[in-house]
Amino acid sequence: MSAVSPNEKFETSWDLAPAPESTDHVNLESHYDLFIDGEFRPSKSGNRFASVNPATEETIAEVTEADQADVNVAIKAARKAHDNVWSKMPGAERGKYIYRIARLMQEQARELAVIESMDGGKPIRESRDIDIPLAAAHFFYYAGWADKLNYAFPNRRPTSLGVAGQVIPWNFPLLMAAWKIAPALATGNTVVIKPAETTSLTALKLAEIFQQAELPPGVVNIVTGHGEVGAAIVNHSDVNKVAFTGSTDVGKIIQKSLAGSEKSLTLELGGKAANIVFEDATIDQAVEGIVNGIYFNQGHVCCAGSRLLVQESIHDELVRKLKHRMDSLIVGDPLDKNTDIGAINSSEQLNTIESYIQIGKDEGAQFYQPSCPVPEKGFWCRPSLFTDVAQSNRIGQEEIFGPVLAVQTFRTVAEAIQKANNTPYGLSAGVWTDKGSKIFNLTSQMRAGIVWANTYNKFDPTSPFGGYKESGFGREGGLHGLSAYLKV
Amino acid sequence: MAKKSKNETNSVRVPVNKTYKLYIGGAFPRTESGRFYSPEVDGVSLGSICLSSRKDLRNAIVAARSAQAGWASRTAYNRSQILYRIAEMLEGRSEQFVAELKSQGLNVARAKKEVASSIDRLIYYAGWCDKYQQIFSSVNPVASSHFNFSVLEPMGVVFVVASEDSPLLGLISAIAPIIASGNSVVALASESKPLSAITLAEVLHTSDLPGGVVNLLTGNAGELVEHAAKHLDLNAIAFDRDNAEQLELIARESAANVKRVRKLCLDWTDVESANPYLIHDYCEVKTTWHPIEKISASGSGY
Repeated sequence: MSAVSPNEKFETSWDLAPAPESTDHVNLESHYDLFIDGEFRPSKSGNRFASVNPATEETIAEVTEADQADVNVAIKAARKAHDNVWSKMPGAERGKYIYRIARLMQEQARELAVIESMDGGKPIRESRDIDIPLAAAHFFYYAGWADKLNYAFPNRRPTSLGVAGQVIPWNFPLLMAAWKIAPALATGNTVVIKPAETTSLTALKLAEIFQQAELPPGVVNIVTGHGEVGAAIVNHSDVNKVAFTGSTDVGKIIQKSLAGSEKSLTLELGGKAANIVFEDATIDQAVEGIVNGIYFNQGHVCCAGSRLLVQESIHDELVRKLKHRMDSLIVGDPLDKNTDIGAINSSEQLNTIESYIQIGKDEGAQFYQPSCPVPEKGFWCRPSLFTDVAQSNRIGQEEIFGPVLAVQTFRTVAEAIQKANNTPYGLSAGVWTDKGSKIFNLTSQMRAGIVWANTYNKFDPTSPFGGYKESGFGREGGLHGLSAYLKV
Repeated sequence: MAKKSKNETNSVRVPVNKTYKLYIGGAFPRTESGRFYSPEVDGVSLGSICLSSRKDLRNAIVAARSAQAGWASRTAYNRSQILYRIAEMLEGRSEQFVAELKSQGLNVARAKKEVASSIDRLIYYAGWCDKYQQIFSSVNPVASSHFNFSVLEPMGVVFVVASEDSPLLGLISAIAPIIASGNSVVALASESKPLSAITLAEVLHTSDLPGGVVNLLTGNAGELVEHAAKHLDLNAIAFDRDNAEQLELIARESAANVKRVRKLCLDWTDVESANPYLIHDYCEVKTTWHPIEKISASGSGY
């Protein structure tokens, strides 16, 4: 490899002036009750916990810790709403409520984006341009399905399942709420949903939007709290459908606990996606795709391209360019519009990531991290890279859920396919090559539910999302996302 | 001379009985365990039937896994013709199947109907092989400059606990939609009426179906379902028995590798029980994204 020419390297010595998004227009209460049967209600126990801004470690608001008694009330409200109102309402009318929700979300997008970044630590650029617009678009897309369901399933007249119990993660709080709630409502089901304990606030703001949209009471109920609350929902005997997004470990516990019940189940679980770069790829574009694949949302992404498989002939050049690109990434204040990598969602998650970094070092892989500054308070992890990773290394096998990339090499197409599929997961994969027939060979050989060719981490309400193998079953998004909520 | 001629001595010909064996990887082995059982109908033994062991199950799964990628890579047209060929072979052996169903306790009319329905069911799914994809796949109109489409792909290897009471039609109705999309199968036949499955293996073997795509075991579900549910190289389990306890066990242990579990228990004599949604049940949806270059437009799709 030739030496780095000066103009090939990013100029990283600039200091960009801070460009923080204002928080003036954000309306947050000091504490939030549970949202049950159309109104905010205190829990029976009165217990609360703090929702902390991971960039400042300050409490933003207090959130209610629900318990079994509260879950019972929420499910009762959802049952009543399903049987008496929502499932009987003509699809066209249901659809109009869901359209209203989408419109209100669009109107309040700025406030929702700022709260999402404050509560979860993601860069405002992502919450503003991706999370919130996509969440609104998801409601808008499924609203239109409500009166067209018979066209989605030829020779069938599908009907709603009943009460859907839903548990969502902290990496895309409002977007995951939209992915769960929108198709459930369009298909005539009612919902009891638990947001993740570190990121409840945008779901509770969404509850305010439900009130503004005059959604009938009980159609969506939001109960906040920790894992026990999720367990209480999924194990409740009057729930007909369970939808979970989260870790594979918890997904397996849920699958076990539902054995013998008549509940239908969809799981969207973990991943360890291979992002495969061939020597005939446009390398600079691939570098951007690799960065977007693993450092998007601090790597808190189940479909993150966390395993980079590089054809051996371009390994050195690509890794050199990748390191230069990493050097220019800005880590810091999530509300700053210049920020590329925001705060790690919680101190627990930071500990997990740091322990994996130590494991990688102990396993003998080569570690690289740029020396960019990070704020003193808050939870931060610089973009991280391991090269010389062996197939058996834990950092190449296990989901880290942080900005840590493991790099391996391959020589032949067959070896790339074999290595990419050599994982219990099967959520996503990426392929970078300029050769069309190679793309189709690779994308059809990947045992994964989403394959990005010459792009990565793109999402759309019309595009089905979900995994093969231990990444779960069922799809969210698109026509295929409807069947998870219907008796067909 | 009062001596009888040779012909007169052997006037009653001694029939040649079939040794009933398993069907694994396109071969007909006996159970490795050496165990047999003898189901009876009205006090008459059906013969010595292999009591499959955990090892037989594991061997069958290995054979199914090895065969699966090749089967899935066959063209849909080719899979369609092979399913049709199975029906042709079954038609030619109708009388044997009717006789066996009779010995397993059906009256002649019902036995004939079961065989005819089984043949027709194969024809039905043969026709779907190159059509279900067009029904269930989609081009998705994403709001960005990407070509985005979703197609169905087979799940992989599926374990079938076949119907106890419908030994031929039930077995075929369960297996046909699974292999139509390119999955391979390990099926456990009806324990009390295993003859149809054993003879079906001979039909499959002469139908251009690659060895290992369908593997047939005989024996006791109670012995095998837990091992199947815990097996890490199975993708899905289809359960067609009226046994809540076994179904729960399967559902619980299937969490080991997030297996898909499909409860069947349909009335297979109802033609509506056959439909392309059953093919979909054993498929994964794969979505592919690709940028569309917009020459002279602002911004790229990458």
